[in-house]
Amino acid sequence: MSSTSTEREGAPASWEVFLRPRRGLAHQHMGSVRADDAAMALGRARDLYIRRGDPLSLWVVRSDAVHAVSPDERDPYFSNARHKPYRYPEQYAPLTGQFTEFREEGRDDDHHP
Amino acid sequence: MTTTRDAAPAPEALRTDADLAVHLLRLGDDALVLGQRLCQWITRAPTIEEDLALSNIALDLVGHARTLLTLSGRLDGTGRTEDDLAFTRADREFTNALLTELPNGDFAVTVARQLAYTHYAVLYYEALAAGCADAELAGFGARAAKEVAFHRLHADNWTRRLGLGTPESARRMQAGLDRVWPYTAELFDEDDVLRRLAAAGTVPSPAPSRPLWEQRVSEVVTRAGLTVPEPRWQARGGRAGLHTEEFGPLVAELQSVRRQFPGGTW
Amino acid sequence: MRVPRQYVRDPGDEPPAAQDELLAHFDTLIASGETVEPRDWMPDGYRRMLLRQIAQHAHSEIIGMQPEGAWLTRAPSLHRKSVLIAKVQDEAGHGLYLYSAAETLGVDRADLLDALHRGRQRFAATFNHPALTWADTGAIAWLTDGAAVINQAPLCRTSYGPYARAMRRVCQEEAFHVRQGYDMMRALCEGTPEQKRMAQDAVDRWWLPAVALMFGPPDTEAAGAGGSDARTAALGASVSRRAIAWGIKHHTNDELRQRFVDSVVPQAERLGLTLPDPAIRWNEERGHYDFTPVDWETYRDALGDDTHWARQRIAHRRAAHEDGAWVREAAAAYAAREAVRSGTGGTGDAGDAGSTGGTGSTEESA
Repeated sequence: MSSTSTEREGAPASWEVFLRPRRGLAHQHMGSVRADDAAMALGRARDLYIRRGDPLSLWVVRSDAVHAVSPDERDPYFSNARHKPYRYPEQYAPLTGQFTEFREEGRDDDHHP
Repeated sequence: MTTTRDAAPAPEALRTDADLAVHLLRLGDDALVLGQRLCQWITRAPTIEEDLALSNIALDLVGHARTLLTLSGRLDGTGRTEDDLAFTRADREFTNALLTELPNGDFAVTVARQLAYTHYAVLYYEALAAGCADAELAGFGARAAKEVAFHRLHADNWTRRLGLGTPESARRMQAGLDRVWPYTAELFDEDDVLRRLAAAGTVPSPAPSRPLWEQRVSEVVTRAGLTVPEPRWQARGGRAGLHTEEFGPLVAELQSVRRQFPGGTW
Repeated sequence: MRVPRQYVRDPGDEPPAAQDELLAHFDTLIASGETVEPRDWMPDGYRRMLLRQIAQHAHSEIIGMQPEGAWLTRAPSLHRKSVLIAKVQDEAGHGLYLYSAAETLGVDRADLLDALHRGRQRFAATFNHPALTWADTGAIAWLTDGAAVINQAPLCRTSYGPYARAMRRVCQEEAFHVRQGYDMMRALCEGTPEQKRMAQDAVDRWWLPAVALMFGPPDTEAAGAGGSDARTAALGASVSRRAIAWGIKHHTNDELRQRFVDSVVPQAERLGLTLPDPAIRWNEERGHYDFTPVDWETYRDALGDDTHWARQRIAHRRAAHEDGAWVREAAAAYAAREAVRSGTGGTGDAGDAGSTGGTGSTEESA
C-alpha cells in the first residue's frame, strides 16, 4: 500500500461521496467534497450532488481512509481474473437448442467474454 | 382555505379570506426578502461550497414566497399574481418582519439571522402542516418545513463552528447574535388578524411556539459556547410596513428591471 | 490537508518497467478508446495539458458566476429569479466537480484557487465582458452556454476518466442552461419594443465573445487570415493535434466553432434577432454557414489581463476569499478540536443538531 499524502495546513480534508440514486441500486461513487468534518461534508455533498433527482441515501468517507492497491501491486492482485475461461457460462454447451450449434473452438479462448 | 366564490359567501368567510391574505402575505414577504438578502451573498461567500449552500437556501425561500404570494393574491380579492405582489408594491406595503431585511453584515450576522429565522420557520410550518384545515396550505407547510429543516441544520452547524472555532469567530458570532436578537420577537407577534384566524381554526398563531423556539435556539447557542442575548428593546414595525432605512434600496433593486420596462412580459 | 493517496503516485509506486514500456501501454489505452484512470502511468505532458485544461475550465465556471450573479437580485419575475439562482448554483457545482477531477491528478484545490487569485492560471476571457442589462443573462445562457455545450459534449468522451465523468454530469445540467436562455430571449423578443431592443443589444455584445473566446484560438490553417493570425493558427493547430492524439479533445476548435454557428443561426432567425456578423450566410457547397474569421490577435489584446473587467473579476473573487478567511479558519480549528476531543480523527459531530428536533443525519452508516 502506498501511503503518501501531501499535508497542507489549514485547508479542509477531502471526502469521497457515495449516493444511492434509487431503490435497487448500490451506492455509487459520485466524486469528492472538501470539508473540515463529517457533518459539513454531508451538507456539502448534499448541496453538490443532490441538486436534482430524489436519491435515497448519502455516504461520505474521508478520502485518506480509502486504501488502494498501488500500481506495482496491481498485476499480482488482478491478473488472476483473466486466463480462466472455464469460469464463464459461455464456455459450456447451452441448456437449450441443439448441441451441434455449440462451437467448441472458443473453449480455450484467452479472452474475457 | 377558501371556498370558491360562486355562491355569495357569508361575511365571516370574506373576513377570514381577507385575514388569511394578510397573514400569507407576511409569511411570503419574510421568505422573499430573506431570499433577496441571501442572493446578495452569492459569489461572495467564504467558500464556493457556501455559495452553493446559500443559493440553495435562497432558492427554497423564493419558492416559498411564490406559493404564499400566489395564495395571498387569490384570497385578497384583487387577483394579483405573485409577480404583481413582489414587483409593484411600494416599500410601505411590504409586511415582512424586520429581521429578514437586516443587511447581511459578515458571515456571522447572516448565520445568526438564519439561526433565528429557520428555528422559527420550522416550528411555524410544522404547525401549519398539522393545524391547517386547508389541504393545499397544509401540504405547503409540510413541504416547506422539510426544506427549512435543512436550512436550520446549516445554521446550527455554523453557529457551533463559529462559536467554538477561533477567538475571532467566537467574537464575531456573539456580535452577530447580539445584532439580530432584538428583531426576533416580531416573528411571534400576534395581532387581531392572527387572533381571529387562530380562533376560527384557519391557521395557527406563531405565538405559542415561542417558548420552544427559545429553548431550541438557546441550546444551540449555549452549546456553541455563546451567550443568548437579552435585548432591552424589541424591534417592531415590519408587519405594519414600517421598515428600516436599508429596506428601500433592497426593494428598489428587486423591482428595478421590472419597473424599467412597463408592460413587459418576462 | 491531504491529496487523497489513492490518487497520488510516489516514487515508490513507480513499477520497475522501462519508460517505453509504460508509454506503449499508455498509447494502447488511448488507441483502444479506454479511459486513463488516476493511478495509471501517464506522460508528463499529458498530465500538464489535462491539468491546465481542467483548471481553466473550473476557474471559468467560478468566474462565470459573476456576470449572472450580479442580476440575481434584479430578476424581473420570481420564476426568472428561481431559474437564475438554480443556474448560478449549477455553475458553482460544475466548478467543484472539475476541481474534484483536477485533484485526482495530484494537485490541491487550494493551490488551484490560489493560482486563479494570483493570475497564474487563466479562465475563459469571455467572462471579462460585463453583463450590462437583464437581457445579458439571457444572451450569456443562450450563446455562451450554447457554445459551452458544443465545446463540452465531446469532452464526455475525453480520455481521462475523472474528467469525462465530471463532464457527463456537467453536460446533463448545462442543457437546461441553454434552453432557459433561449426561452428568456424568446420572452423578451415577444415583449415590448424596448424589451426586444434590449435583447438585440445583448446579442450584439455577446456574439463575438461566444463565437471567438468559448472555442479558443483558431487552430486550422483555413481559419487564419494571414499575418500574425496565421502564426496563431499554426500554433493552435499543433496544440490541438497533440490534444487530439491524446484523446483529450476530439475536434479542432474551428470545427466546433462551425458547429456552433450552424446551430445558432436558425435559432436567431426564429427569435427575430440579428447576429452581428454581416458575413453570415448559408454556403450550399460547404453545407455550412459562412462567417467572419475570428480576428484572434485583436481580440486577445482587447481582453488582456489588465483590462477593467479582467481585474474586476479577479478582485471580486479574491475579496470573497479573503473576507471569508476567518470563517475557514474557524471551521478548521473547530474540526481539529473535535477530532482531538473524540479521538476519532475528524469524524465530527453529525449529530450535533439532533437536539433541535431530529434533523440530524438519517443516513445508514457505512
